[in-house]
Amino acid sequence: MAELRELYQQVILDHNRAPRNFRVLEDFNREAKGDNPLCGDKIAVQVRVEDGVIADIGFQGSGCAISKASTSLMTDAVKGMTIGDATKLFGRFHAMVTGQDRNPDRKTLGKLAAFGGVREFPARVKCASLAWHTLKAALEGAGQPVSTE
Amino acid sequence: MTTAAARPRTVDTRGFDVARARLDFPILQTEVDGKPLAFLDNAATSQKPELVIQAVDRYYRTQNANIHRGVYRLSQTATELYEGAREKGRAFLNATESREIVFVRGTTEALNLVAQGMGRSTIGLGDEIILTAMEHHSNIVPWQLVAEQCGAAIRVLPMSDNGELELDYLPSLLTDRTRVVAVAHISNALGTVNPVREICRIAHEHGVPVVVDGAQGAPHVRIDVQELDCDFYTVSGHKMFGPTGIGLLYGKAGRLKALPPYQGGGDMIRSVSFEGTTFADIPAKFEAGTPNIAGVVGLGAAMDYLMAMDRPAVEQYEADLLRYMHDRLIAVPGIRFYGTAEHKAGVLSFTLDGVHAHDIGTIVDQENVAIRTGHHCAQPLMDFYGVPATARASIAFYNTRADVDALAAALLKVREVFG
Repeated sequence: MAELRELYQQVILDHNRAPRNFRVLEDFNREAKGDNPLCGDKIAVQVRVEDGVIADIGFQGSGCAISKASTSLMTDAVKGMTIGDATKLFGRFHAMVTGQDRNPDRKTLGKLAAFGGVREFPARVKCASLAWHTLKAALEGAGQPVSTE
Repeated sequence: MTTAAARPRTVDTRGFDVARARLDFPILQTEVDGKPLAFLDNAATSQKPELVIQAVDRYYRTQNANIHRGVYRLSQTATELYEGAREKGRAFLNATESREIVFVRGTTEALNLVAQGMGRSTIGLGDEIILTAMEHHSNIVPWQLVAEQCGAAIRVLPMSDNGELELDYLPSLLTDRTRVVAVAHISNALGTVNPVREICRIAHEHGVPVVVDGAQGAPHVRIDVQELDCDFYTVSGHKMFGPTGIGLLYGKAGRLKALPPYQGGGDMIRSVSFEGTTFADIPAKFEAGTPNIAGVVGLGAAMDYLMAMDRPAVEQYEADLLRYMHDRLIAVPGIRFYGTAEHKAGVLSFTLDGVHAHDIGTIVDQENVAIRTGHHCAQPLMDFYGVPATARASIAFYNTRADVDALAAALLKVREVFG
């Protein structure tokens, strides 16, 4: 049960129940869709970038608690960040959930540190990272749907 | 299944001793963190009895040689094992002749073989292929490929909310352009046992052949292809306690003869020159190249194992266990069942309100309970129910009420985490 509590931390359960920025942006200039075909997770992310800064971000979709909470917490975290800083944050987040970084910098990651428990569940890493891959695609303007497979 | 609780319990397992059967399966003796394995993902693959593991081991240690070639004794032994397994396949499915049994990689290859063969012979521009609303992707995609190649159209036999095919619609779907009906014997996602014999009867009235995806059939019910009167029937070895990468395709001799070869190569020819090739007769025509001989030997052992069982007693045991599972899980707050057909086997699909199937899967795994979560390779079916995924518990004869109790307890843990 301890590992489970580590995976399903209160902040994750909270963002799963009441996701933030869970809306379609009316005014956006970047967007991307992501899906996790084996799980059935599907999300769409819209971003309004102004002068290289993520001025606003919204998402819609459905998925497991990990993917939904991860998307919700990501939108909170990157709002107001430059594209460069958001990309760096993705790098840190990715290193944490895949277990490459066993001692992630909690200060930089903030609430995202709640996903530290994911590394014990390799099958769930893609649930946590789908949002970030989708955001990256949106910012790069790839236009192609992102798939974790 | 929703009405299952009201049905009388008529348990007769005199001919089946589950505790003894479990001893045949080494993996069922394993534990993680002191918790025994509750393997409830049998619709995905099944565990292997000692008999099968030993047969494969013995083959590689003492009997390995290529078949149908050597004049030496070892090759003769391997050939006899291989062809002996074909005869077991005939008996297992009650086919008329052993040449009606083709060894394939699995049901997926069997369905592709039939679909491509029909696509290169009987299916043409403007023709129609009938599938059903509950097919596995492996009985959808091969037909879509053929439809695209031939300019044919796919027609879908609908199903009702409880997961039963709407058989009344079948006659109206059958036209003079219909070339084939392809249907699952038992739905992998819902457990519905489809009325295959009736489907064959109706299709045959219109002269249309029927292909049955039997991946979920053979592990649960006795198969009699003559009684079903199907034209093709496919079996997956690993889903019926045999090795992976091996399966059976049954086809009526006349139907198999009418199909062109699937792959070219050694063993499927009579004579080859650069001007042309004459093909071997069935079944060799469909077995190009050196086959999975060890897999065939293992599958033969699995069929021996099943045929030695008191199958009616086993079927009764499984039906009782499935009812027990339904009755235990219905007490879990927020549970919804998908597929409540009158005739079911092996499978219970469900969701928990407010919890995604994958979160269920992760949490029950902590109790060493293995279930499948996702779309079960049946996305059209998930769309039908308007859910992205379900959790699926699927049993085999070696499962027990203790396995079901472990799942029920684990689902209460899911509720603890998610509220």
